[in-house]
Amino acid sequence: MPAAKASRARRRSRGAGVTLAAGVDVRGQDGHFIPGAESWALFRKRDTLRMRAAILREVRNFFAGRDYLEVETPVLIPAPAPEFHIETLPCAGWFLQPSPELCMKRLLAAGYERIFQICRCFRQGERGDRHLPEFTMLEWYRREADYRDLMDECADLIIQVAAALGKGTSITYQGDTVRLRKPWEGITVAEAFARFAPLSLTAALAEDRFDEILTDHVEPQLGRKGPTFLYDYPLSMASLARVKKDDPTVAERFELYVAGVELANAFTELADGEEQRRRFEREEGERRRAGKTPYPRPEKFLAALPEMGLAAGIALGFDRLVMILADVPRVEAVVAFPPEEL
Amino acid sequence: MENGGHGQGLPPGLSSKGVDMYAASDLRKNLRIKLDDEPYVVTEFNFTKPGKGQALYRCKLKNMITGAQFERTFRSVDVFEPADLQEKKMQYLYEQEGKYCFMDNETYEQVLLTEDQVGDAKNYLIENIEAEVLLFEDRPLGVSLPNFVDVIVTKAEPWARGDSVSGNTKPVTVQTGYVLQVPPFIEEGEKIRIDTRTGEYLTRVKD
Repeated sequence: MPAAKASRARRRSRGAGVTLAAGVDVRGQDGHFIPGAESWALFRKRDTLRMRAAILREVRNFFAGRDYLEVETPVLIPAPAPEFHIETLPCAGWFLQPSPELCMKRLLAAGYERIFQICRCFRQGERGDRHLPEFTMLEWYRREADYRDLMDECADLIIQVAAALGKGTSITYQGDTVRLRKPWEGITVAEAFARFAPLSLTAALAEDRFDEILTDHVEPQLGRKGPTFLYDYPLSMASLARVKKDDPTVAERFELYVAGVELANAFTELADGEEQRRRFEREEGERRRAGKTPYPRPEKFLAALPEMGLAAGIALGFDRLVMILADVPRVEAVVAFPPEEL
Repeated sequence: MENGGHGQGLPPGLSSKGVDMYAASDLRKNLRIKLDDEPYVVTEFNFTKPGKGQALYRCKLKNMITGAQFERTFRSVDVFEPADLQEKKMQYLYEQEGKYCFMDNETYEQVLLTEDQVGDAKNYLIENIEAEVLLFEDRPLGVSLPNFVDVIVTKAEPWARGDSVSGNTKPVTVQTGYVLQVPPFIEEGEKIRIDTRTGEYLTRVKD
């Protein structure tokens, strides 16, 4: 056994075998810190948390290399985009952002051509193997680009980050070997249902079983050998995306999957202020009829939208990117403090 | 009542029914709910949600009467009645043709449990012993005994002093028909204490 590995193994076995008083700074023979019993679980996350920090650094490198401006927008906002299935957290009369999308697009409209942000987002009640109610989002936006450009760019990002971690051109996630070499595969939502689901997209929508069929039959098959883009969503599932020019029944939206894990969501952004207003009104109406918290209309966003022009944006779950690169099945492994540990 | 376990309370409109209900967001491992008039316990739970889509609550459920297991996915609009489970102190009376009869000491009401429902407890069911019977709307589901039960040894080989090494054990049969390992000095007719959680001998009991 190499010396470093041996000393690590010795530290582990010492720490696990000895019951130590909480908070007592005990040092092993080699001078390394060994935590008390209360801190042990947190201590064991240090390799993953170091990797998380390395990924964060490389993400910033990537965007710096492409002339993106890192921006910070407020976490506390007066008027989130009304989306039926996203519950925000009310806070001091306003809301904790479910995503920085609206402020990011106002920056685009003001002429900031390439921007990115790494920030905390909040969604009430979302806690599962891949969900935290408070999570870290990476969003980036580009003027004069559409969702195809972002497919290319997010592939470049993930390839660069994996390389910086010494992963080479493929990664292993929960037993799947996922090759990262471009080009990455793409499949439309309709094709994916035809190929993997027991019923067609049309039938799933008619029976109101889209989400269930997608999670049970389609998602687990996506991105198993190489990252896969699922694209061209039914219009009703993309209230901030542009309608596809040569097929008005779908919106220019894609989701990126790696080894069955949904990693990012992107649009060619809807830039028509009036159309956006109508969609918001419809969505907000449905929210209110269902007894959900009413949201004020984001007027400043709607007013600025026509000045944005052609643009595309993408939201990538940073915690999930770490999950995939660290090869861990549950999201609590990649943050120091999941809510249960507070 | 354990409603609103995640600090979210109930969706509007539910409290007006006068019945405490669970929302899908209350689902978690070990929660007991009523479905199609039968009690179920959640044995596995996960929350999933496709991007921009609705929340899905995936559960593995076990029927507390039949033991049958199945998976089901619930949505945020689903609500559940809690399973109305009660534990009642009852006295064990007798066993007949594989049915075990218990009596409520206050109401003198009697219930019959099957061998499956009684499970390992049958090894320690001596006449008139007090037990906790788990009931779902007056239907018995199972029984739990005190941690320690004293029983009489009805069959034991005599202790052959000299051919035994300290630490050896021998099998004996107790009054319920249960066979277990005990130290060699235990004789027929003696009373011993058994830990009902492990089924193991604890000590000799002197009356």
